[in-house]
Amino acid sequence: MKHVLCAVAGAASLLISAPSIAQTTLTVATVNNSDMIRMQGLTSEFTAKNPDITVKWVTLEENVLRQRVTTDIATKGGQFDVLTIGTYEVPIWAKKSWLVPLDKLGADYDVGDLLPKIKDAVSVDGKLYAAPFYGESSMVMYRTDLFDKAGLKMPESPTWDFVVDAAKKLTDKSGGVYGICLRGKAGWGENMAFLTAMSNSFGARWFDEKWEPQFNSPEWKKTLTTYVDLMKQAGPPGASSNGFNENLALFSAGKCAMWIDATVAASMVTNPKDSKVADKVGFALAPNTGLGKNANWLWAWSLAIPAGSKKVDAAEKFIAWATSKDYTKLVASKEGWSNVPPGTRTSLYKNPDYLKVAPFAKLTLASIDAADPNKPTVKPVPYVGVQYAAIPEFQGIGTQVGQQFSAALSGSTTVDAALSAAQSATEREMKRAGYIK
Amino acid sequence: MARMVTTRNKVISTAAAWLVGFLIFFPILWMVLASFKTELEAFAIPPSFLFFHWTTENYVTVQERSDYFHHALNSIIIAGGSTLIAMLIAIPAAWSMAFSPTKRTKDVLLWMLSTKMMPPVGVLVPIYLIYRSFGLLDTRAGLIFILCLGNLPIVIWMLFTYFKEIPKDILEAARMDGATIGRELIYVLTPMAVPGLASTLLLNLILAWNEAFWTLNLSTLEAAPLTVFIASYSSPEGLFWAKLSAASTLAIAPILVLGWFSQRQLVRGLTFGAVK
Repeated sequence: MKHVLCAVAGAASLLISAPSIAQTTLTVATVNNSDMIRMQGLTSEFTAKNPDITVKWVTLEENVLRQRVTTDIATKGGQFDVLTIGTYEVPIWAKKSWLVPLDKLGADYDVGDLLPKIKDAVSVDGKLYAAPFYGESSMVMYRTDLFDKAGLKMPESPTWDFVVDAAKKLTDKSGGVYGICLRGKAGWGENMAFLTAMSNSFGARWFDEKWEPQFNSPEWKKTLTTYVDLMKQAGPPGASSNGFNENLALFSAGKCAMWIDATVAASMVTNPKDSKVADKVGFALAPNTGLGKNANWLWAWSLAIPAGSKKVDAAEKFIAWATSKDYTKLVASKEGWSNVPPGTRTSLYKNPDYLKVAPFAKLTLASIDAADPNKPTVKPVPYVGVQYAAIPEFQGIGTQVGQQFSAALSGSTTVDAALSAAQSATEREMKRAGYIK
Repeated sequence: MARMVTTRNKVISTAAAWLVGFLIFFPILWMVLASFKTELEAFAIPPSFLFFHWTTENYVTVQERSDYFHHALNSIIIAGGSTLIAMLIAIPAAWSMAFSPTKRTKDVLLWMLSTKMMPPVGVLVPIYLIYRSFGLLDTRAGLIFILCLGNLPIVIWMLFTYFKEIPKDILEAARMDGATIGRELIYVLTPMAVPGLASTLLLNLILAWNEAFWTLNLSTLEAAPLTVFIASYSSPEGLFWAKLSAASTLAIAPILVLGWFSQRQLVRGLTFGAVK
């Protein structure tokens, strides 16, 4: 009887385990950006080559995704096998051992081809913890026709003085054209991404080497005063509620002479289907003040494997496929070179086919090269990250400070009051978190 | 003397009622209109009200990219299931508290309501850990359970107030006439409580249908309802209003239709007992 039971149990376990050997289902969490949606559409190419793997997608809004994925990874819930995360999360999560290091991407993956600054941003202690899917910096996009009409010439690396001066000259409020469009909507990834990068170019920093907040420094005052004055004189009305998408719409409709924002916007504003000014856009590096830092950031949406996943091998295979040179070629063959995910590989910027359709490629590469997440500021800092400080507390603090600066822009508070409120809020949080006493 | 209702008053009050109705309905109308615009038109300033290039491409994209029926089926099962279970628990509870209250009935009711005072995010991690241990993450049963628990206090309170309005004398009269408990329940109490039951049922269904915290956090793929479907159409980099509007229109359509057909019951239930 015992033997019979054993045999039945054995047969049952074989039956149960048989399908799991044959088929691994990967759950990939991602955001709703066009490059990710394209990847979703091309999944069948991956599964055709790997018939033992099925891929399922969970697409969520960025903040929902962040909360959802953080909860799951912190509790080792194991709901996801591949995560889409940014350069902000990678160092924090890697240090908590929440991510699996990617050391089996395969011989033909060519890690050396990844852009060095992007590779740095997703590595900790020389180990890759996420594979960059697309990378971006920020740059100036400007209307060549309006510049020509005003007799102005945009240098390749403009100063803030030039930008401020040009913005004022190009503003024609009665004609509905504003000299410059910048982010004003409060949020650590909204206005603070722009303002932190801008402050780097003015020599400011979030914290000194001892984690003391620096909003009481003259550099921050100069940054915020320049920003608020510029936007009051040459910005669109209601700028304090404008983020990336609002400014994209304004620029595409021909209402901004200049826009400083993510390099990925370049392909959107030069696409005649969505933009009224597609053939009149020029590009330049983000402005500087001659201190050696430009006001540009660095970000890469990257694919990583959470420590709780039980399907690490299959997940790594998928990541290697989605971030490979072959994937770039696949997208190019199906949807054209202008639609390939930008900003991750050196080889892309040497490809003549890509350079032909992407007039912004050279400046995108130069912008990415000009940002250094390990040395983001003029003065030394204890954190990594260009437009953020990669500490878990930054999301909360960044948003609080962002609200103050957004209020200064809308005029409901003054620059001085906003800076002192930002200083005290940041001090309080940093004391609470134990960085300072 | 009866109040005179002149034609002028009638016209004014009718116009005012239509205006208020239109204002309340406007956000939904705007969303539906935006779903037929192109992304650039949906974002345009100043916005165009009716004179734009009408297109159904957003609906086509949404259909291509997501499995609407999978999400809709999940929503129906989760909202319907949690509502039915909540009603099954709440009816006897409210009934007993309304018809045979004890010294502690008020306290029990208050305690139940107090569970709604804590923000759900405060218990997210403990609940997530429990769900992980019991294998309830991303299951319909898990979502039915949590939504049922979340809505129970409100359901019990609503039913309790409706039942309180039913005079006890009627029950006694039925008993005098020789009605058994079963007959008393079916022929006397139920007809009187139907408006209250119906409006509670519908409100609970709407609450469960729209619940977006637990459904987003505890589901991934298999059990993901329409809230997850909507959340997948917001984009940090790229215009998305038109597609999001199309997804939202599809998501609210079933509950909107249901609400439309049952509005008579709903209004009757909500004003039940207001005038004696």
